Amino acid sequence: MPSIVSVRGVRKSYDTGFEALKGVDLEIEDGEILALLGPNGAGKTTLISTICGISQQTEGTITVGGHDTLKDFRAARSLIGLVPQEIALEPFERVENAVRLTRGLFGKRRDDAVIEKILRQLSLWDKRDSKINELSGGMKRRVLIAKALSHEPRVLFLDEPTAGVDVELRQDMWNVVRQLRADGVTIILTTHYIEEAEAIADRVGVISAGRILLVEDKDALMRRMGQKVLRIELDSPLGAVPEALADYDLQIEDEGRTLLYTYHTAAPRSGIGRLITGLTQAGVALADVSTAQSSLEDIFVDLVKENAA
Amino acid sequence: MSLRAVNAIYTYEMRRFFRTMAQSFISPVISTSLYFVVFGGAIGSRIDQVEGVSYGAFIVPGLVMLTVMTQALSNASFGIYFPKFMGTMYELLSAPISFLEIVAGYVGAAATKALFIGVVIMVTASFFVEMQIAHPLAMVAFLLLTCLSFALFGFIIGIWADNFEQLQLIPLLVVTPLVFLGGSFYSISMLPPFWQTVTLFNPVVYLISGFRWSFYGQADVPIAVSLLAIAGFTALCLLVIWWIFRTGWRIRQ
Ligand SMILES: Nc1ncnc2c1ncn2[C@@H]1O[C@H](COP(=O)(O)OP(=O)(O)OP(=O)(O)O)[C@@H](O)[C@H]1O
Ligand SMILES: [Mg+2]
Repeated sequence: MPSIVSVRGVRKSYDTGFEALKGVDLEIEDGEILALLGPNGAGKTTLISTICGISQQTEGTITVGGHDTLKDFRAARSLIGLVPQEIALEPFERVENAVRLTRGLFGKRRDDAVIEKILRQLSLWDKRDSKINELSGGMKRRVLIAKALSHEPRVLFLDEPTAGVDVELRQDMWNVVRQLRADGVTIILTTHYIEEAEAIADRVGVISAGRILLVEDKDALMRRMGQKVLRIELDSPLGAVPEALADYDLQIEDEGRTLLYTYHTAAPRSGIGRLITGLTQAGVALADVSTAQSSLEDIFVDLVKENAA
Repeated sequence: MSLRAVNAIYTYEMRRFFRTMAQSFISPVISTSLYFVVFGGAIGSRIDQVEGVSYGAFIVPGLVMLTVMTQALSNASFGIYFPKFMGTMYELLSAPISFLEIVAGYVGAAATKALFIGVVIMVTASFFVEMQIAHPLAMVAFLLLTCLSFALFGFIIGIWADNFEQLQLIPLLVVTPLVFLGGSFYSISMLPPFWQTVTLFNPVVYLISGFRWSFYGQADVPIAVSLLAIAGFTALCLLVIWWIFRTGWRIRQ
């Protein structure tokens, strides 16, 4: 897969002297949905702003569609649509005019059909003549998205698009995102809702304290990092783990009625068979057995903790 | 340069102006009329003539300049400060445009508004007094250059300002006094000699004098000096804006 955005060795220090990006390398593939996960202050917005031209890197190079974002900024930026994290709109402007302005800024010919299509797609068509300050917060966010799409970008950055958005609108939004992806638009989104990354992304990047910790195919990541927990319910409470099973690192819960065994799905053997046999040999009667897969959230929390340590 | 982007900014800004068309139109008409009642009527009845022109007619160029300068300044400074304040600056920065388009769009719109109001005032004034325009070409040139240079100056102030107080500081503290003391309502020759000399350090004097010359053919300072002053001021503003553009000062993180 060719990359549409390529970030190489990018560092960014703010005027305060604070270094928000500490050497970021990132290749974003053409046509993918990449979710950037990271705690508050990790540098997600800084990274996006630097790619889009709102701030300028202190070191390193960025190209979009092969165009350097500093030397050839016009070509690079015309490929990009940006939905910022904060809602920023002129309160007295009307929806359609606000969207049209963005298209004009990107040097595109006025095209009412395109604007109509976008407004309809985002359920804003009925509101096209409303003033921005007459809209709800969720609608304003949709206006931001409409503005970002108005010039038909090839790469779309969504900085926490679902913050403060209800479930229904979130679904709508993901439908739009999937539609865009089907049209070949590359999408980079940041989110704190890890289920979202899990549901929608092709790849997941984790950023913390100005460094990219990993970028990986979502499914592979879940497989590699995924832990499973085997939950064994017992007929009668157990005081202590039998001697023979000491090396399993079992946890006892529920006043001895439940045993928990954590194992990696990627490990060559899970050890479940031997565990069950061992329990039976020790004379422990099993009532029920179940397993649960750890989510991306657990993986993410583990990663960030590891990095902080 | 992307002309479409300039046009987008320009029409967007002008729409704001036309949305409040009634206000934009009525307030200069009323304030001009008031100036004529107060200065032209009350004071003018005692002054009679200044340099062979009736006092009412004498103050017209100064009045137009006063309004055009403050309007160009406040429109441009507010126009570019507003996106900073509302956070919509991100849109200008992430668009495939350079500072050139941004300046052309905002300054162009602010200058147009000021020009519009200047014309409205001249038309209003023509109902009150006998006016004549001795050098129409020079008049238009002075008017356009003043609109442009003060819009550029306003743009710089808008970029510099971090809050609304700062936005009004320079217009209030520097520009308004200079304009009032710049001979809008009197001829420099009416002042005592000492103050005549002091006044020559006021750049606005040259603009008003030159503009009045284009109406009545008389000036406080030589016309060439006036032209040089306005051209120099425009060049200075352009230079500062070029520097802002180069460094991204107060704009790009
Ligand atoms: N203009 C600025 N000047 C100085 N420091 C800044 C500036 N903007 C951001 N920072 C700092 O840079 C770091 C990264 O901020 P950034 O906004 O990129 O984080 P983020 O990952 O987007 O966080 P969040 O999830 O809260 O949006 C933070 O420590 C922040 O305080
Ligand atoms: Mg952020």
